[in-house]
Amino acid sequence: MSDSHHEESFWRKYIFSTDHKVIGIQYGITALLFLFLGFSLMMVMRWQLAYPDTAVPIVGSLVKWLADLNGFASDGNLPADLYNVFGAMHGTIMIFLGVVPIIVGAFGNYLVPLQIGAPDMAFPKLNMASYWVYFVGGVVMLVSFFLPGGAANSGWTAYPPLSDIATTGQTYWLIGMVFLITSSLLGSMNIIVTIVQLRAEGMTWMRLPFFVWSQLVTSFLLVLAFPPLEAAGIFQLMDRVFGTSFFLPSGLVIGGEILKVSGGGSPLLWQHLFWFLAHPEVYVLILPGMGILAEVIANNTRKPIWGYKSLVYSATFLGFMSFLVWAHHMFLTGMGQGMSVFFQTTTMIISVPSVIILTCFMLSLWGGSIRFTTPMLFALGWMPMFGIGGLTGLPLGLSTPDIHLHDTYYVIGHFHYVVAPGTIFAIFAGIYYWFPKMTGKMLNETLGKVHFYFSFIFMNGLFWPMLIQGLGGVSRRLSDGGASYAHAQEFLHWNVVMSYSAWLLAVAQIPFIYNLIKTLLADKSPNPDPNPWNATTVEWTDTTSPPLGHGNFEKTPVVHRGPYEYSVPGESTDFTPQTQN
Amino acid sequence: MIESLGSISKYLGLPINSSSHGHMIDNMIGWVHWLMILLFIGWGAYLIITVIKFNSKNNPKANYNGVQSHYSQYAEYGVIVFEAFLLIGLSIPLYSQLKTSLPNNNEVHHVRVIAQQFAWNIHYPGDDGKFGDTDINLVDEESNPIGLVRDGNGADDIVTINQMHLPVNQQVMIHLSSKDVIHSFGIPEMRIKQDAIPGMTIPFFFTPTMTTDDFLQKINGTKREGKGYEIACAQLCGNSHYRMKGYVTIDTEEKYNSWLVEQAEYIEEEEDDDW
Repeated sequence: MSDSHHEESFWRKYIFSTDHKVIGIQYGITALLFLFLGFSLMMVMRWQLAYPDTAVPIVGSLVKWLADLNGFASDGNLPADLYNVFGAMHGTIMIFLGVVPIIVGAFGNYLVPLQIGAPDMAFPKLNMASYWVYFVGGVVMLVSFFLPGGAANSGWTAYPPLSDIATTGQTYWLIGMVFLITSSLLGSMNIIVTIVQLRAEGMTWMRLPFFVWSQLVTSFLLVLAFPPLEAAGIFQLMDRVFGTSFFLPSGLVIGGEILKVSGGGSPLLWQHLFWFLAHPEVYVLILPGMGILAEVIANNTRKPIWGYKSLVYSATFLGFMSFLVWAHHMFLTGMGQGMSVFFQTTTMIISVPSVIILTCFMLSLWGGSIRFTTPMLFALGWMPMFGIGGLTGLPLGLSTPDIHLHDTYYVIGHFHYVVAPGTIFAIFAGIYYWFPKMTGKMLNETLGKVHFYFSFIFMNGLFWPMLIQGLGGVSRRLSDGGASYAHAQEFLHWNVVMSYSAWLLAVAQIPFIYNLIKTLLADKSPNPDPNPWNATTVEWTDTTSPPLGHGNFEKTPVVHRGPYEYSVPGESTDFTPQTQN
Repeated sequence: MIESLGSISKYLGLPINSSSHGHMIDNMIGWVHWLMILLFIGWGAYLIITVIKFNSKNNPKANYNGVQSHYSQYAEYGVIVFEAFLLIGLSIPLYSQLKTSLPNNNEVHHVRVIAQQFAWNIHYPGDDGKFGDTDINLVDEESNPIGLVRDGNGADDIVTINQMHLPVNQQVMIHLSSKDVIHSFGIPEMRIKQDAIPGMTIPFFFTPTMTTDDFLQKINGTKREGKGYEIACAQLCGNSHYRMKGYVTIDTEEKYNSWLVEQAEYIEEEEDDDW
């Protein structure tokens, strides 16, 4: 690549860059800021849940200012309307603006070309477009907070008719979603083509690091599952703006007035289209996390991942099956017996590859020489947490117990265990692991361990009581945490436990943020070790830290072996790089 | 055995069961939790042993080959067999029983429930046992929230707001619909929950087995003392979703019948008012 020979302007190099590494970091920084925003919304919501209708401390005036702007009455408390806004936007931001962009946009973008020995993504300009379309989608979502009536307030699931008749924020939400979906489509096409076309010589399919496999499967999920939601989003936009009735049946009476629309639509159509994306989306969130875990576990046990082929086949099967389970989110919509049998059967089938993947990771520890580095701690913490997340999915995926547990806090506990300690622990593991590659500087290990242990404790303090409340029958999305309902009375004290855990979880992120900033500002050693973890994969062994500007490799790598050749008998070191002849 | 192992659900903090089918759901929840607990303890114990045994201090040289035995495969087969049992042995037949073994039409009490933002309209067929027609043009939030036609079959129909009375130990068939957005009709103690979807009428049935009076006795001394059965909305339906509750009273048959008579008298009074 000749680009590295001439000086690029600041704008070209850092803002409108076509270098996958810069775009990856842009994605990473933007997504981390959105994760922080999504978390902050939740911290305010948790005050309202623990102490309903009392003024929010510290940020009360900010909440009142926003409520006034939106036209809601507030004395510094979080009114029900704004609670619903925060709830919908917490989910939207965390999933579509936080986790997916960081785990696919940042990690995928940064690492896939490096790990397969490619100079860049297959379509660098498309890559840049993907980031900027995401950015615009994010801005649209942010702007919607300041509209009269606030941002979207019908949940991240945006079920019509509620969303069809909601305030203007919902229109912005739909437009924002169209941008975000377009961005994901551009990004995932790019990743697929890159992996298929740009693998270095000798990088055969079964020599790909599992992380690359996970990105490949994820990209296929995004490419195949997002278009139906994009179409559904545009349908809903038409319903709202042009008076169509895709999702509106005839004969609706809203607030005593007959809704003047043509009618004849179906609210359930939206649910089918939505969950046809949103269930694969769960695997979009978790598969790349599993990819990160495989790299971290192999490196820190100093032995090959156990069952590499099982992992690859399981991930592929998981991806395929994830298109056949969507209606298990809809058991209570009155679906027939045949449908419920089909979808609970596919749901039980999809649990098998998940169990295999978790088993492979756990068995990989056996016989290892485990180094308890910060990334490894997050990987080890991931295992029981993802285990709880996966197991609590079982009673929800079977239609009979789901009758009681549907739409309760059990569901919230379940998917937060999957996504928060599941995916976000994997993201943390990845950040600590690859930070030296991105910057040439190691993050402080002590601060990292403090970050891990406190995050681990408070995440459990936050999510475990949700399971207890859910078994008690407490519904989700109640803006007073259940205080109005008789059956929730015995579980209200858990709200306080969860809220304090949430706020302490925020405190536990201070060492992480401090560590990031301090390390970034610190002087870089003139010759940073390109491979501080003694790893085997191409990004560690054949690039500098950080890798060269546009082009990545001084000399095109040639691959000779699989990705996890650690402690090979007869070798002088305990790691044998993929590119070692 | 299904009963005895399923009874672990008593320790899971489920609400007191007050319906004839509730124990089936509870047992099923119990069974799934057995699998979850066994797997979690197994994984947890393995994880703890492994991180101690294979700590780099205890085991400075990693073994390239790792696990050679097939125990993990057996464990995975075990999980598959257990899941197959939960699915084929419990969930599918129970769900079928709960949803398709329809009660005898002569013995069942039919009640229509029409959800709206943010109330539950309960519609009883009255003495003739037949529901009157409804017409959206007649809807008036004050006097006729469901747009009931007060002629013919509708003349004796009883409509209440947020007050549902049902007789104990008798089958009830609810015909659920919604006027505006999606709601979800749940009574946690009865182990029933059903989405109310505008444009659709969805029937479901259950049999309450404990009167409100007995229930209130049972919860004496707990934090919910004095608070009986409620319909809880389980699907986000707008800003007052959190307080969209209806009150459910399960009565003995005599009390239920006298309540119906009392309600029927209100219809006459209403008509007098119109005069």
